[in-house]
Formats: sequence, structure tokens, C-alpha cells
Amino acid sequence: MNHLPLIIKREYLNRVKNKSFIVMTFLSPLIMVALISLVAYLSSLNNDTAREITVLDESGLFKGQFQNTENTTYILLTNVSLDSAKAQVERVEGYGLLYIPPADNIDELKDGVTFYSEESPSLLLIDAIEDKMEDTASDIKLRNAGLSPDQISELRVNINTNLETFKGEETSKMGSVFKLAFGGIAGYLLFMFIIIYGNMIMRSVIEEKTSRIVEIIISSVKPMQLLLGKIFGTSLAGITQFVVWVILIGILMTVVTVVFGIDLNSAGALQQEVVAQAQDNPAVNKELTLIAQEIYNLPLLNLVIMFILYFLGGYLMYASLYAAIGAAVDNETDTQQFMLPILMPLILAIYVGMFTVIENPHGTVSQVFSFFPLTSPVVMLMRIPFGVPIWQQILSVVILFATFMGTVWMAAKIYRVGILMYGKKPTYKELFKWLKY
Amino acid sequence: MNDLLVAENVTKNFGSYTALNDVSISVPRGSVFGLLGPNGAGKTTFIRIINQITMPDTGKVFLDGEALKADHIRNIGYLPEERGLYKSMKVGEQALYLAQLKGLSKAEAKKRLEMWFERLEIGDWWNKKVQELSKGMAQKIQFVVTVLHEPKLLIFDEPFSGFDPINANLIKDEILRLRDNGSTIIFSTHRMESVEEMCDHIALIHESNKILDGKLIDIKRAHKSNTFNVGLIAANEDAVIDDLSRKFNIKPATFKSINDELRYTIRLEPNEKANDLVSYLTTQGELTHFVEVVPSASDIFIQTVQNS
Repeated sequence: MNHLPLIIKREYLNRVKNKSFIVMTFLSPLIMVALISLVAYLSSLNNDTAREITVLDESGLFKGQFQNTENTTYILLTNVSLDSAKAQVERVEGYGLLYIPPADNIDELKDGVTFYSEESPSLLLIDAIEDKMEDTASDIKLRNAGLSPDQISELRVNINTNLETFKGEETSKMGSVFKLAFGGIAGYLLFMFIIIYGNMIMRSVIEEKTSRIVEIIISSVKPMQLLLGKIFGTSLAGITQFVVWVILIGILMTVVTVVFGIDLNSAGALQQEVVAQAQDNPAVNKELTLIAQEIYNLPLLNLVIMFILYFLGGYLMYASLYAAIGAAVDNETDTQQFMLPILMPLILAIYVGMFTVIENPHGTVSQVFSFFPLTSPVVMLMRIPFGVPIWQQILSVVILFATFMGTVWMAAKIYRVGILMYGKKPTYKELFKWLKY
Repeated sequence: MNDLLVAENVTKNFGSYTALNDVSISVPRGSVFGLLGPNGAGKTTFIRIINQITMPDTGKVFLDGEALKADHIRNIGYLPEERGLYKSMKVGEQALYLAQLKGLSKAEAKKRLEMWFERLEIGDWWNKKVQELSKGMAQKIQFVVTVLHEPKLLIFDEPFSGFDPINANLIKDEILRLRDNGSTIIFSTHRMESVEEMCDHIALIHESNKILDGKLIDIKRAHKSNTFNVGLIAANEDAVIDDLSRKFNIKPATFKSINDELRYTIRLEPNEKANDLVSYLTTQGELTHFVEVVPSASDIFIQTVQNS
């Protein structure tokens, strides 16, 4: 008798009809979009405050160099002493005072420039001011050396390292970032999925134990069937929730952008600046083309297949461990000591992925962790966009699925003993003994 | 093939602990079979082996002459001692699910459930959630689910716990009715009065070993000790007592009577006859009470466990 579909159906319906599940499904995207909008709104607010910067240029070398921009207004002072200028800026609550001391010679200015302000100024702003002054200063020096403006602009060299693989494909620095993002998102998604829905499975096993229905059920079905039914049913509910989330977030984001006019991308002002600069700069333009090409060149089919394999293998492996924990204990508070061995490899995988793989996708540590089954789903997913030999991928997946069978076998052993044990919390030693019953 | 269930030399160890040691039990077809034993004796392990929840280390179990296999699940109905229901599910939905797990089609399960719900007058519970039910109400649902697929073998572990006397009686009658309709029933309980009332066969398990089994009547016969309660109205009480205690092994009895009389429990030697005792007693006075002391199931239980 195969009751698996029946069990899956019950587990699924029981999950999705649960009130708190429904609330979470529809509330979470709302909260998330609300938060993102809030952050975007606040940072645009932050950005909008116009800054008024007073410039006291006693050297007279930078006339006309400080042009007003959208957010920054420059006020030029002349024939005022530094002290009275400071007092004046403080009185009108200006953003700050840029003081350039008198100098006949550009070199004298090296250390003399000072920015006075109420609070520490934005580093971005100071960088921008320094860049501007440096450009002007070197122009002046070149001109003094007798070069014409044409010659000066001819002297400028813009070096942009072109990255190219041995096979002759051009790559780009930004492309690497995209690869990282791709792998990172995939790995992180898996991580979240395991934790959220693994816990759900565990709780559902505990619920069956505490409501004492489990013996009635397993007098009708094999514990293995119940275990698999639980894992699949809950996973389907999880996928349903995830899909609803993605769709809802998509819709809500669109609504927020269109209706409220909050540009969600403006969350990073820096990003905007980069893009704006890029449009002016032909070299960066080329970079953008390369990135597009890079994304196009990602081993997409490979990625999608591997994502599905690692997602299934990794999730099912961890889910069976969660179910075993649920079977071993009576209530959720007792789960703590058993959670650590599950969470550790997961967190390790995320850290290895974020630091080591970024550092060197094909280094020894990255490689080892992409074969170790408890970390391979996350780490290998992060490595694949950088190109991993197919034999490595196959080996890693084979190890993963072999381990999955092992954990399911182990979980089923613990499960069939544990679901009928009430009372005391077992030790690791006892769990090990259960494997032999 | 008069036995529905035969267990042969079943042994089960959990690590170094032996839960069942070489236990052989035969359950006759159509009987109410009492599986008795102190707490922790191994009854539940034995029942779980029959239900294929645990596997025996050695030994075999046959149902209807066939070695136990997965398909037999639909021929067995099991009401465990530790029982419950999914709290957040509706009663009807849940009963349907459990019945389907036992191999009934949804339509058939629904038909039978409606019949049973009507019979036990619980029809209006169908759409209630289990958490709204009292313990006794939930027990009724569990009982219905256990018997719904009309299995050949029914196993009840403490079926009356949680029931008030009225409902306990109702369930008892239903169990006996199921037996009359051809089911064989294994019945595990500590309530000796229900054993007395319902069981025709028993097996006693103690410390993982079967120490007694057979027909309840035969066991009682084997355990009776030629002992009689007598009541006697005598003119000269002291002389009679004196004479009695010299001739027989006597001790004061506690049975109830409407007369003011001498009451004694007299134990005869195996070669002495009851008739001779009666003849003797009638010469001593007016015999008002003469009953053979038959050991109760409870007495046999305690005696056998203590002597083993």
C-alpha cells in the first residue's frame, strides 16, 4: 500500500490551511516591501538635504573651480579673515567652511587646506573636493611648465585593465561581482529555505508526538513513508509560500515605485553616481557592454541544473536531519543541543562562500568545502559561476546524494524509535544506540 | 487453523535490555484475549510487533497462517494506549484520513463513518476541531477509527481509560458485538474486572517472559485450592469452632450475609471431598452458606507474578 500521496496531501493542506502560515505568507512581503520603501525613502531624504559649503580661498588659485551641483551649493568669500568666516558659517548653520590658505606656489598648499564643520563631514564629499583640487593643482603645475591646455589633455592616460581568460573571452571586474551575486543569492536562498522549512518539519514531527497520534499513524504506514510524506508535504507548502512571496513582492514593488514615486534603486546613492560617471566615460561604457556579455556568457544551463540538484539534495538532506531531531525530543525547547551540529555547517558554508570563494573561487579551501556534503550545496553554488570543471560538479553532487541517502536512513532509524519514546531527552550516545535497534 | 494469530518464540532486545524473551502466544479465532502483565512487562512491545511497528529480533508471527507482512495492516485495528488526534484538524476530515490510511476508499470510509457516528450519537461532531472535544469524546473518535475498516484482529490497549462508566459500558458492548460479528480481540488492560467480564483467554507476561496462558476457565480451575466459604448457625458456637479448627484449615471469612452466623473460609486437603465437608457441617448446625472460593483474575495475576 502506498500512502505517500495521501500523507503528502494531508501535510500540505494542513500547512497551507494553518492560519499563522497564511498570515505569514501574505504579511511578510508587505512588511518587506514596506521596509525597503522606508529605507529608500529615508536615504533619498538624506540625500536631498542641500549642503551649503562656504569657500574661503586666500590663495586665489581655485577661482571658478567650485561649481554648484544639485545637492551642494558653494558660497565664495573674499576679503574676510578666517575667524570671522568661521563665525559667519557657524551663525548661518552652513554645512562647512573650506579654507585654502594664501600661497604663491601650489606646493605650499599640500598640507594647508582645512575643512571646518560642525560635525564630521561626509567622506564622499571630502573625496570629491580633494579630487577637484588635485586636478586643478596639477593643471596649474603643467601650465606653469609651459604646456598648452591641448597638450595637457593629451597627456591624460586612462588605464583600464582588461581581463581576459586564456580562451580569449574578455571578462570584466564588474562581471565578477555579478557572478558573486548570482552564486551568493542562490546559496543564501538555499540557506534560508533550509532553516525556515527544516524547522517547520521539525515542529510538525514534535506536534505528532505530543498529540500522541503518531502510534495510530504508524500502525497504518511505515515510519519511512510518514517521514518522507512530511518532508515532501512541508517542502511543497514551502515552495508555495516562496512563490507567493516572490510574486507579491514583485507586484508590491511595482506598485510602490509607480504610485509613490519612490525610486527603490536610489537606496544606494553611490551606485547612482557610479552609473552617472560611467555614462560619461567611454571606458566604463565598454565595461558595461562587457558585463552584459558576461551575464550572457554565464553557464546558465549548468547553473540552473545544478541549482535544482543542490537545492533538492541539500534541502532534503538537512530536512531529514531536522525530522530526526524532532523525533528525538518531546518539545521544542529540548531541540537546542541538537540544532548546533546542523546550524554550524550551514553558517560555515555561508562564511566560506562569502569570504573564501570571493577571495579565490578555486583555492584549496573553496574546493574542499564544495565537496563536503554539508557545505557543498551553498559553496559549490557560489563557485559554479566562476567555472568549475564538470567532473568536480558531478563528484560533488554524487557525494551529496549519497550523504542524503545516509541521512535519510539515519533519520528513519532515529525517527522510528524516537517517535514512540516519551519522557526524557536522549543523549547523543542514546541516539547512536537507536541506530542499531 | 483455529488460531488467528500465532507468535512463535518471539524475542526482542533494545540494546542490552530484553523486552521480550522467547514468547509464544496463540490467539484463538473469535476470542477476547486478555494480554496481562505488570507495567513494563513487555505487553506494548508485543503489541507493536504484531502491528509491525517494531520487528522481532528472532521468532515469527503468523496472522491467519501467513507470516506477518505489510499488507496485513488492513486486517488489524489497533487502539494504542498512548493515543491522540491531530488537534487542529476537523473530526470528520481526520477520521477520513485515518480510514484511508487503512486502505478504505474515501467514499466507503465516509459511508461507514456516517453509520458509526450515528450509532454512537456523535453525528454533529463532524465539523468540530479535535481541540474542542473532551478527552472522552476524542476517545470515541479513536475507537471508531480503529474498528472502521472491519479488521479480523482488533487490539485494544487500555480501551476504557478516559471514559465515564456509561461510555465505558457502551464501548464494552461494542467490543463484544464486534466479537460476535467474527472479529478476534486482543485486549490489554490493568482493570481486572473487565478481564473477568470480557476475556475468555488470557496470557500473562512478566519481566519479558510469558508465565501463564490459556482459557480463563481452565486457569481458574487450575488455581482453585479446594477452599470454601461457609456460614453456619450453631447452638454451641465455641465447641463448633474448636472442633472445626482441629479438623480443618480455617480462617474467619468476610463474605456478606443477612444472618448472624459463624463465617469461615475452610481449605480442604486435595484428597478431601466437598461433600464430606457438607455432611459434617450439617451435623454441627444449620448450614446457611456454602460456596467454593474461585480465584479471581486479579488473585491469579498477583499470585502468579509474585511466585515467579
